[in-house]
Amino acid sequence: MSARSLRRNGWNVVGVALFVVMVFPVFWMISTSFKPADEINSQTPTWFSGHPTLRHFADAIHKPFFWDSVKNSVFIVLIAVGISMVLAFLAAVALAKYRFTGRKLFIVLMIGIQMLPGAGLIIPLYVVLARYHQVDTLTGVIVVYISAVLPFSVWTLRGFILGIPKELEEAAMVDGSTRLGAFARILLPLVAPGLVATSVFAFITSWNEYIFARILLNDQSKQTVTVWLSYFLGTSRNTDWGALMAASTLTAIPVVLFFLIVQRRIAFGLTAGAVKG
Amino acid sequence: MAVAAEAPRPRRRRLTRVAVARGSVPYLLILPVVGVLGALLAYPIYRLVALSLQKYTLFELIRHKGEWIGLDNFSSILHDPVFWHTLVRTVVFTVVNVGLTVVGGLVLALLLVRVSGWVRILLTSGLVLVWAMPQVVAVQVWYWMTNYQNGVVNYVLTQLHVGDYFQHDWYATTFSQLGLVTLLIVWGALPFVAITLYAALSQVPRELVEAAEIDGARPWRVFLDVTLPILMPVLLILTSLSILWDFGVFTQAYLLIGASHIHPGNYLMSVYLFQEGFQKADYGKGSAISIVMLVIVAMLSFFYVRKMVRVGEVE
Repeated sequence: MSARSLRRNGWNVVGVALFVVMVFPVFWMISTSFKPADEINSQTPTWFSGHPTLRHFADAIHKPFFWDSVKNSVFIVLIAVGISMVLAFLAAVALAKYRFTGRKLFIVLMIGIQMLPGAGLIIPLYVVLARYHQVDTLTGVIVVYISAVLPFSVWTLRGFILGIPKELEEAAMVDGSTRLGAFARILLPLVAPGLVATSVFAFITSWNEYIFARILLNDQSKQTVTVWLSYFLGTSRNTDWGALMAASTLTAIPVVLFFLIVQRRIAFGLTAGAVKG
Repeated sequence: MAVAAEAPRPRRRRLTRVAVARGSVPYLLILPVVGVLGALLAYPIYRLVALSLQKYTLFELIRHKGEWIGLDNFSSILHDPVFWHTLVRTVVFTVVNVGLTVVGGLVLALLLVRVSGWVRILLTSGLVLVWAMPQVVAVQVWYWMTNYQNGVVNYVLTQLHVGDYFQHDWYATTFSQLGLVTLLIVWGALPFVAITLYAALSQVPRELVEAAEIDGARPWRVFLDVTLPILMPVLLILTSLSILWDFGVFTQAYLLIGASHIHPGNYLMSVYLFQEGFQKADYGKGSAISIVMLVIVAMLSFFYVRKMVRVGEVE
């Protein structure tokens, strides 16, 4: 064996070891959620259960407010993402296709707003929404989520629109289409994958959001899944670990599935351009 | 761009109805976004400033009317030792987290270049899986792995003879609480940093590295003189993003340490803000803390925003 392939094998060992360390928490979550209680509570952990069970999943979904919180999350996320995609798309077209006074300021605001820490805005948003009686309503959370995902969506969609070759659109216009016609027939189908990717990312962001849902929704029947999961332990902390891990797995599944679909397309939105230098 | 191309008219620009209509198109397109963000960000930020100058507690919240007290809220936090301790703790926390994230991510990215194809696919898939984990879920898993009765971390550390961690309580001291939060955050942030850096590494021209190697440069020198300068722009962006995220971190710190264990001795900035402003319903003071925090973040994000705006202008 040459020194080179020996070195490569060394790196491979390190790589596999790091894989094991990084993935272990996810593995442990899934594995715990299928284990019988005596294996979970034992002092010596069982790595792979000999008697897998679905009991914890049944326990988790029969906990109070599980289905309420799932319904709330789905409802909030669908409406927030739907509205923000329409609004963001219009603004992204403006940024990608037009030069206008104030364009730069608009870009600065889109990027700058993304950087604001959510915690810094909880108090004014709470006070303002309380003023208009939108605390403890899903509408309040929806509008907050819209404003949270808009800047990111505008920025990403702009990139997708720019990625469409200009010639295609121009060719359509030469053929006698109006600008709107060219837009509908050429631009929209081409940008559809970008729209899907961006909306999935917005979906994930809203589904995972915690702090605003926590402060804006007090009524247990109105909570979202993340808040429901965070209250799962209760205050006592003598915990049904199996059900907690089953609930965690259920909360993570939609996000992980969606994320795997769009990760490649969207991952570089935040650093776009920097990689190219 | 498109507007200019469409109007190859004589120089004299007449403000016909058509021209005005065309010129207003981009403004009409951004109007909805501007409207929404104006109502949900600009107005609240204006209210934030107003609130920070008022006495505003639950009583005033119900009356919808605060009492003007000038800069009292600011002087009260600036004279509060808890604020200064929290600030220092948050800065140290941020430096440690960002350092571990960026250095760890760089090491992972360099490793990804050196391993065989199948290991690269395996490791990348693992990283993407970790990346996809929701924060609140990750907190629950962390808590389960480190619980003092039968946490798997205690078991593994004891088996590896690192020490006797039988029924060790990781939530007993501030240091180990924040240490766990750090591990949780770094674990969650590594995939994004590593995969982005790996993509950037693939932009490093092979000929350049080979030429340096042929000239007899040692691997370490090749890295410092060839690879690192090319990675620099991406590294700087990732670092500033990480600084912003870690400085403002709330969910992991608040939930992992747990509401019952949170006390002024282990506050991070966002937690301090949440406890003082929201839990104690002192919205005026909370607003003052928010403003201080937002000003710090605005200063920190200057570099990132400037860089990204340049990218936006070029295209």
